[in-house]
Amino acid sequence: MQELMYDIVIIGGGPAGLSAAYSAYKNGADNILIIERDFELGGILQQCIHNGFGLHHFKEELTGPGYAQRCLELIANKKEITTMVDTMVLDISAEKTVLAVSPKEGLMKITGKTIILTMGCRERTRGAIRIPGERPAGIFTAGAAQRMVNMVGYLPGQKIVILGSGDIGLIMARRMSLEGCQVQAVLEICPFSNGLTRNIVQCLQDYDIPLLLAHTITKIHGKDRVKGITVAKVDSKMQPIAGTEFYIECDTLLLSVGLIPENELSRGLHLAMHPLTNGPIVDQRRTTSMPGVYAAGNVVHVHDLVDFVSEEAEIAGKFAALEVQGKLHNDLRKIEVKTGEGIRTCVPQILDIPPEGEAAKLFMRVGAPERRVKLEILSAGKVIQNKILPVAKPSEMIAVDISAENTKLMGSELIVRLSRGV
Amino acid sequence: MNFIRDIDVVVIGGGVVGTAILRELSKYSLKCMLIEKEPDLALGTTKANSAIIHSGFDAPFGTQKALTNVRGNRLYHELQNQLGLDIKWLGSLVVAVNEEEMATLKDLLARGIKNGVKNLELLDREATLAKEPNLKKDIKGSLWAPTAGVCWPFGIALSFARCAVQNGAEVLTACAAKKILTKDDKVIGVETSLGNIKAKYVINAAGLAADKIAATAGDTSFIIHPRKGEYILFDKTASANLVNGIVFPTPTKQSKGILICTTVHGNTFIGPNAHDQEDVEDKSTTSVGMDEIIASSQKLIDKIPLGAAITEFSGLRAVSNTGDFIIRESTVKGLIHAAGIQSPGLSAAPAIAEEVVELITDFEPEWILKRNFKAIIARRKVFSELKIEEQSKLCSENKLYGRIVCRCETVTEGEIVDAIHETCGARTLDGVKRRTRAGMGRCQGGFCGPKVTQILARELNIPITEVLKEGLASKMFFEKKLTGEDTK
Amino acid sequence: MTVEKRTMNCITCPMGCEMTVTIDDGVVINVEGNSCLRGKKYAEVEITAPKRMLTSTVKVKGGILPLLPVVSQEPLPKEKVLACAKELRKISVEAPIALGQVICGNILGLGINIIAARSMKQEEQKV
Repeated sequence: MQELMYDIVIIGGGPAGLSAAYSAYKNGADNILIIERDFELGGILQQCIHNGFGLHHFKEELTGPGYAQRCLELIANKKEITTMVDTMVLDISAEKTVLAVSPKEGLMKITGKTIILTMGCRERTRGAIRIPGERPAGIFTAGAAQRMVNMVGYLPGQKIVILGSGDIGLIMARRMSLEGCQVQAVLEICPFSNGLTRNIVQCLQDYDIPLLLAHTITKIHGKDRVKGITVAKVDSKMQPIAGTEFYIECDTLLLSVGLIPENELSRGLHLAMHPLTNGPIVDQRRTTSMPGVYAAGNVVHVHDLVDFVSEEAEIAGKFAALEVQGKLHNDLRKIEVKTGEGIRTCVPQILDIPPEGEAAKLFMRVGAPERRVKLEILSAGKVIQNKILPVAKPSEMIAVDISAENTKLMGSELIVRLSRGV
Repeated sequence: MNFIRDIDVVVIGGGVVGTAILRELSKYSLKCMLIEKEPDLALGTTKANSAIIHSGFDAPFGTQKALTNVRGNRLYHELQNQLGLDIKWLGSLVVAVNEEEMATLKDLLARGIKNGVKNLELLDREATLAKEPNLKKDIKGSLWAPTAGVCWPFGIALSFARCAVQNGAEVLTACAAKKILTKDDKVIGVETSLGNIKAKYVINAAGLAADKIAATAGDTSFIIHPRKGEYILFDKTASANLVNGIVFPTPTKQSKGILICTTVHGNTFIGPNAHDQEDVEDKSTTSVGMDEIIASSQKLIDKIPLGAAITEFSGLRAVSNTGDFIIRESTVKGLIHAAGIQSPGLSAAPAIAEEVVELITDFEPEWILKRNFKAIIARRKVFSELKIEEQSKLCSENKLYGRIVCRCETVTEGEIVDAIHETCGARTLDGVKRRTRAGMGRCQGGFCGPKVTQILARELNIPITEVLKEGLASKMFFEKKLTGEDTK
Repeated sequence: MTVEKRTMNCITCPMGCEMTVTIDDGVVINVEGNSCLRGKKYAEVEITAPKRMLTSTVKVKGGILPLLPVVSQEPLPKEKVLACAKELRKISVEAPIALGQVICGNILGLGINIIAARSMKQEEQKV
């Protein structure tokens, strides 16, 4: 069994892993490994053939595969960066030894001086939301269907209903329409859609696909294959309202009901996890509760813009590189970042600030749609930074930069909150 | 009349009872086969139940249920190693929450002793909580049955069938029995969807359809009606917050009650409820049923981790109107019933098989035990259970063991290919799932489903569009449309 | 003279202003509800000559994947998008493919090319 050593071992070769690798290289690391379970790098981007990626990061509107190719070009032909594809990580030990396996190399033990976790996320399933009914063929998570349609070349069915109006569901509504299928409806349990307005217009309105807000599925019908679904309106507690049920005939149900960070390996390391993000708790360098283990991208919290994923991963890559070169100081002051009124999640949850201060990039989400609010960052009761938000939606992550200067003067607790009535 | 087979005994029904009977038959010098209407074995009650090998205190003394349960339990202890069965002898607790229930436990204890169950013991609150610390602190006590275990029922049925096949029996799936053929009140064979089978004996192990099958021969001596039981299954990470073994509430007349139970693979579930229905095909889960299961479990454990639910399913019990198992010859000679096998049918299966086959061999002196009966079925290679050195060796022998296909359960492509090509191998996506665990984890096949589908297409040499999920009409994928073929 | 009013959501920025557009015989004569000039411009284009980018896949022979993602070089007339998607289903190309390679030139005579959204290598022997 091979035993290998690298300075930085990156788990997952999607946009987060690729951006982290390039950033580590730019910051002086010369012994970097990316481990990827798929047969090629690029992660989920390879199946996201629609455009809308890269406007911030590459200053160009790209498709998912196009964005992936840009990231790949940056790391191509660099002896400092090694990649392993078709390789699955089975375990990471507390000594930062990764147990990985591939058909080509068999079992391998790979020890990293530092590890960067960039495993992305997976989709919430029917079972997790307990939709009653039968268990026929024809029920797919939207991402699994997207892979079959865009990378393997088969349709999941002909007459389709989509549950969930987040961007993945909306994108698939358009994709299936372009492939000649009939999308009967998109159902959304909330009274508002979680997707971008652009997608509502270009994926639903363009194709005359009805969007049923405040609706859910109360039963799936069909023994061997989906025959139809019973749908009902829901009340303010998202419970079905008796008497509002109606039937929609379909042979396919696509579920776009949420993404969950893929943290099997993080839990195996007993990293401190955050109950709302379902990802590891990190500081502004994206270090987890275990020194030398970093995390970035969807594995920390689900992003909506891949550009932010790259930004976050670049931070992790940079600091892993600095750590490996012995350029990080131990004299750090811990500041807790707490969420206040209107803010549901904020990453990082901790700041570890050296005496000279250190710039921090915060990514946060509001809990409900807001209009004309002010985002405030408070330390010791005083507002040290604010930003006016004409519009804020839970589905659109907000990025805030805190200057190094501001971090020098902070107390031990930072509060991020909204102030309304602006 | 044309016959596709001319044999001695045909078993109708490929569940745990039918396959147990086939294995028992294959010990004898006779020609036997099993027909199953679905594309895979054990898709009926065997697929969806509590997976418990009961100790045997529950059924009334002297009933078929009681006798076959206790004997079956003992037989499983022997068969476990012979057939590489997944069984964990965790022991079961029946928990009482008040004095009335404590009195019922005493009755169960007495009954169990009478039935021949060993090592039953009444435990007080402290001893109960020592075994199951997450139970509510105000419970009164429990009945402890150490000989109970949890198992993998599909795996058991599959191993029974594979053992039978390696001893010369035949298994024919996607073959539905339509009519038992008789002449002068005697069985001559079975008419099936694939043709007629000539046979001296027909064994009716047809589960929910057993009464309809019997009626085709003119035997209307019993009725089967389905009783649905729903389940909610939790992620393995939730097990620490639930139970270590098998926890029953004190039983009622209707059923053993809604359990909180671990599985042999380390998940936990709650369920089943018990509701009679008419439709033998309706296996839907219901929101009312799931609420019922949750509320009932909360009587024993405060916090049920619903956020960790990964799937829900239901099973249908084949309840006979006679109140007991029906293990006897019909008035039609040569037709043997093994019907009305609800709980404890899984536990009783090997003993039921012995009884059924005795009914035949007692009358057929030429059918003697084979001397070269191959009793051993090696347990499947489970990559995730092997030590690192063994895993490494396996990978170097066959590269396909180096590719993990199901990330959640760590199942390799090698295991999936094995599951397709072994005797009674997988032909469907769920068939692979049941043999290897691929798709049973927290992502429920979201990651591995498309990959397993591609592997099945490759190994069976069929187009991806022909790969089934489970039943005969369960195709999953379709060709992309060329111009002019839009649905609109 | 047919005057009609239509509501639409602007997609130019996250504000997503809901606008009411007055149209007279296909000509936009008034836009209300927009917060900026970009919104007014979007409404005008969207009403008179709406355009959309098309992304889809075409079949590939001998590549590491059986499908190649493709994208229109420029936005297409909105009413032609479905027809263009149908047209692409007929196409099959051979690997290797270069990023930006023209897959379908001047699709349906609209003067716009459909190009490869990624490069694609030839298939190697997989284990």
